[in-house]
Amino acid sequence: MSFETAQKPSWFARLAHPGQFLAWTRPLLIPLALLSAGLFAAGMYLAMFASPEDYQMGDTVRIMYIHVPNAWLSQFVYALMAVSAIGSLVWRHPMADVSMKAAAPLGAVFTALALYTGALWGRPTWGTFWEWDGRMTSTLVLLLIYLGIIALWRAFEDPLRGGRVVAVFTLLGALNIPIIKFSVDWWNTLHQPASVFRPDGPRMPASILTPLLVMTLAFTVLFLTLHLASMRTEIRRRRAVSLERQRAAAQP
Amino acid sequence: MIDLGPHAVFIVAAYLGVFVAIGVLIALIVLDRRRVEKRLARLEAQGVRRRSAAG
Amino acid sequence: MNGFLAVIGRDLRLSLRTGGDALTLVLFFVMIGILVPFAIGPDARLLARLAPGIVWIAAFLAMLLGLDRLFRSDAEDGSLMLLQQAQMPLEAVVGAKVIAHWTLTALPLLCASPILAIVLAMDFPTFVRCLVALLVGTPALVALGAVGAAVTVALRRGGLIAPVLILPLAIPVLIFGVGAIAAGPVPGAADSALLLLAALSVLLVGLCPFAAALALRVSED
Repeated sequence: MSFETAQKPSWFARLAHPGQFLAWTRPLLIPLALLSAGLFAAGMYLAMFASPEDYQMGDTVRIMYIHVPNAWLSQFVYALMAVSAIGSLVWRHPMADVSMKAAAPLGAVFTALALYTGALWGRPTWGTFWEWDGRMTSTLVLLLIYLGIIALWRAFEDPLRGGRVVAVFTLLGALNIPIIKFSVDWWNTLHQPASVFRPDGPRMPASILTPLLVMTLAFTVLFLTLHLASMRTEIRRRRAVSLERQRAAAQP
Repeated sequence: MIDLGPHAVFIVAAYLGVFVAIGVLIALIVLDRRRVEKRLARLEAQGVRRRSAAG
Repeated sequence: MNGFLAVIGRDLRLSLRTGGDALTLVLFFVMIGILVPFAIGPDARLLARLAPGIVWIAAFLAMLLGLDRLFRSDAEDGSLMLLQQAQMPLEAVVGAKVIAHWTLTALPLLCASPILAIVLAMDFPTFVRCLVALLVGTPALVALGAVGAAVTVALRRGGLIAPVLILPLAIPVLIFGVGAIAAGPVPGAADSALLLLAALSVLLVGLCPFAAALALRVSED
């Protein structure tokens, strides 16, 4: 696949062609990483020192500052994977497969962290590490779906294949996630008719909202950095695999 | 250190766990990248050229 | 329509010729029901309370284990490629195979469910609800299973991963399926569960042939 570069490649080519993609994303990594670190520093300061304790929960509200970003990311990353899946199936965009593959492990980690922080938040606040409430249960199911997607990627012996198949499954999952959420909530109201008060409700003063937003932004930028880095490695890995095949084919 | 209240251990465990996990994640990503770069370097040294580069 | 019925007939005939399969699934289903009292004790009241859940889990496991055979034998002997090139749209082929598969796997389970009802101390009205729930909910399972089978058809050892993929997505079927049998203290919940289960089955049976056909197509390249 040769290309004439008398003029600068179109924006689509820069996005789609692996070599081009590697070239223009290279200068982005360090600034993104620095931005993420800076946001985390600011967020941690706000979360630990510059925000008050909640009048009901005390200091444990500080766990919310790392729980909510992870919960948000668990859904955001899946949405990104779903969009990439559409890109893969509808437009056969070359970067779509790479984006999906890179996002899956990251999403799984953030989902697991959401569960971890949620459990640690629940224990002092409501007495148990795990309670089958609607939100946490849905997050657990989401983690299972992520892990299934990762397992599916690994099941393809050829690392270059499988992208569109995984895309179909990812979209099936995307369609099912609202159904799962609804059914889990239904199941929950069935078995716990007395509603359990969940404190991450609407009323949030600025003193609590600000650290929350900063931390959420910090985590999101962190994800974008890691995702970009993983995509670049995946592109290189695919290049290595094709070269190895080329070499193997050339041997008599 | 600021006073984190009676449930400090949970707060610390939460933050610690998250940062350790992120640290491990970053480390794994970096290690993976190094491994792939080594692989590419080895292929380059063996003289395998991309078809497009050969022109 | 002819082609549609032909595919159903072919699948049924092939499966009946090789025999054994449906029997194995039914045996597995019954065995799970029999294993549970060994695990949790023979207290009839406890068993009766847990029975709806146990029956559904047994049904889940039996059907998930069987879902690989939906496309694999056709993929292996090349008939899948022929079917793809047939005049009938692939979605219709998948739909026909889903119907055949349901007949071969869910129907025997329904017939075997009285055994479980007796062993798990289910009373008659509950058993009737159980039958209806299984009847309404198993199509959803087969539909989801078809997508799982289609997604893994290109994998050599794909049979093991397909249940893992489908189980999380099938949780609503389990929730509404059990709820339709015995929904606990809330009145009227069982009926709404049954309706929700029916809606889910209709949705999935309508949607999954398209997803499965797409997965089969993209598995080729």
